[in-house]
Amino acid sequence: MDNFTVGVVVFPGSNCDRDVSWALEGCLDIRTKYLWHESSDLSDVDAIVLPGGFSYGDYLRCGAIARFSPLINALDEFVKSGKRVLGICNGFQILTESGFLPGALVANKNLNFICDDVELDIVSSKGGWFNNGDEKQTIKLPIAHGEGRYHCDSDTLKKLVDNELIALRYKNNPNGSSFDIAGITNEKGNVLGLMPHPERACDETIGGTDGLFTLKSLILK
Amino acid sequence: MDQFAVKVFVRLRPSVLDPAGEATKFASIKLGAEGIKSLRIGKMIEVKIEGNGENEVRKKIDLLCDRLFANTVIEDYEYSLEKL
Repeated sequence: MDNFTVGVVVFPGSNCDRDVSWALEGCLDIRTKYLWHESSDLSDVDAIVLPGGFSYGDYLRCGAIARFSPLINALDEFVKSGKRVLGICNGFQILTESGFLPGALVANKNLNFICDDVELDIVSSKGGWFNNGDEKQTIKLPIAHGEGRYHCDSDTLKKLVDNELIALRYKNNPNGSSFDIAGITNEKGNVLGLMPHPERACDETIGGTDGLFTLKSLILK
Repeated sequence: MDQFAVKVFVRLRPSVLDPAGEATKFASIKLGAEGIKSLRIGKMIEVKIEGNGENEVRKKIDLLCDRLFANTVIEDYEYSLEKL
């Protein structure tokens, strides 16, 4: 992974950008570069992470304003070229708002902001985001969100199921998501959006390493 | 150029659960209000906008509603328009 560089996008209000960078650089020795959202030059990054946080204060809807940043406009070409994009939490919300992934994320059923570790079933290995070496089919990752209830209509859900686009499902649905969905990919598999935070599960001293593989997958071709 | 005052109403689609509406309904009942059958919360956006006639302004507002004000996966919108 000599020169492989992951761009970590920074919006006003992002707050997991440094965690993502720490996990990639410190735990996986993968080079990162912060990309200010007003930049549209993606030529020197090989993969992109849209980190968690509250871009633009979650005004209007989570991710709704971020969608119009120059960087998100430039993302279309990047995705079409087959390069990898990982949207975590607010990053997932931005990917649905901008149409890279179907559906939407709305307020948790119980209205609580949920900050907890959750058990997740790996449903699809599309894109290789969860092909961990030990064939583990259940992982534990932290969640921290108030608006993480995945919603889509029944036609979209059928399409997600039929095309194996559902990556992760909650074992005990914490937020009321349709079909217990915690993460999905696009059809090609190079875009993953998920509500759990893999970057917060990359070191045993902070409670687990189940997030390592997903971040490491950014370097897959 | 004509100027218009537009009021846009954005509502969660009927099929989407509105937990904030449910919580407010619960509080309304606690307040002693009787007979509430349903309570759902939406948004109202006020826009003052210029354009060459109502048709042109409607086109602009349609675009704004469809692409920004509402996420049509989960929300419906409607608006009223008044010439100033």
